[in-house]
Amino acid sequence: MTLTDHAPDDVLERHFEATIARNDRIEPRDWMPEGYRKTLVRQIAQHAHSEIIGMQPEGNWISRAPSLRRKAILLAKVQDEAGHGLYLYSAAETLGVSRLELTEMLISGRQKYSSIFNYPTLSYADVGTIGWLVDGAAICNQVPLCRTSYGPYGRAMIRVCKEESFHQRQGYELLATMMRGTDEQRAMVQESVNRFWWPALMMFGPPDADSPNTAQSMAWGIKRNTNDELRQKFVDMSVPQAEALGVTLPDPELIWNEERGHHDFGQPDWEEFMEGVKGNGPCNAQRMAHRRRAHEDGAWVREAATAYAAKQAAS
Amino acid sequence: MSTVEPEWPLYEVFVRGKRGLNHVHVGSLHAADDRMALLHARDVYTRRNEGVSIWVVRADAITASSPDEKDPMFAPSGDKVYRHPTFYDIPDNVPHM
Repeated sequence: MTLTDHAPDDVLERHFEATIARNDRIEPRDWMPEGYRKTLVRQIAQHAHSEIIGMQPEGNWISRAPSLRRKAILLAKVQDEAGHGLYLYSAAETLGVSRLELTEMLISGRQKYSSIFNYPTLSYADVGTIGWLVDGAAICNQVPLCRTSYGPYGRAMIRVCKEESFHQRQGYELLATMMRGTDEQRAMVQESVNRFWWPALMMFGPPDADSPNTAQSMAWGIKRNTNDELRQKFVDMSVPQAEALGVTLPDPELIWNEERGHHDFGQPDWEEFMEGVKGNGPCNAQRMAHRRRAHEDGAWVREAATAYAAKQAAS
Repeated sequence: MSTVEPEWPLYEVFVRGKRGLNHVHVGSLHAADDRMALLHARDVYTRRNEGVSIWVVRADAITASSPDEKDPMFAPSGDKVYRHPTFYDIPDNVPHM
């Protein structure tokens, strides 16, 4: 009945390539090369895990928010991160991997999440900085992914991007409020920006020369821009935002390049990045332990709900 | 780690954005039963007034055609141009048609 049932692999592959070439979307039950499927599962799962682990650094401050207003905002934001994780798990599952497997792969450390969430949140200004810089970098990464070649991933990214705008704006507004406060508060903002600037630049991944998978991912339309292109875009966007805020970005090499029409900037510490990826970042162990504990502590809830559903179905 | 648990069934979620529109597929989720699926769908997919009505249906209850455009499933509609209004020549001076 379907093309997939009868056609030999090379016909299927040509059909797949033609769909990509037309800039059309690949949908869940389409034939796809195994490499395409694997790359997507890895990328979407990594992305989903990042949203879930990403609840922790900010969740850290919910019980100590400075006002009811800030607390309500932070709660809504952290809830959104959970939602983003769920949209993405849902997209990953359309590729034939189960939610249970994905959770197991995260808590056993076989799949990664973004290293940015292995940095600690030391002051309330970090809630603002994460919104401004970390979510800002995420937006740079995610807006082009709305046009990714895999339909369910693109649709999940559209939902995510709509909500990220709130995240970035609440963060920037929080910092702007602190900047209008006392000297101590301004210093707190600057100190926070100093800590998060370089890790935010790392969020785009290693330089293009050291990113062997980029070319294939772009050929497949999974990625739409290289790591360095997106990093440049983020720097160019952030500079005027920092000026308006009244903070400096901690990079002595950061300067406008008239000829290129872009800012020149220094490189983050890529060794620090690789250590984080390998699991040796400042909070890796804590983040993983917390996620594992939450999963185990929730077991009785899952069991009770299953038992209740079985009982209802029987009666 | 806890012993292997059975995974909750997968539900597909459809949301009506506002009155007058169809329900549209928005994604999926896992839930122990229908009621929980509905509540989870509300929390995951309608945090910002995205819907006035939600349908949830177990994924294993859906029968689907192949999404492939070349699927012969859709061939019968491909060669019936007379089903389209543009197939018919109507003189320019005939109004309201």
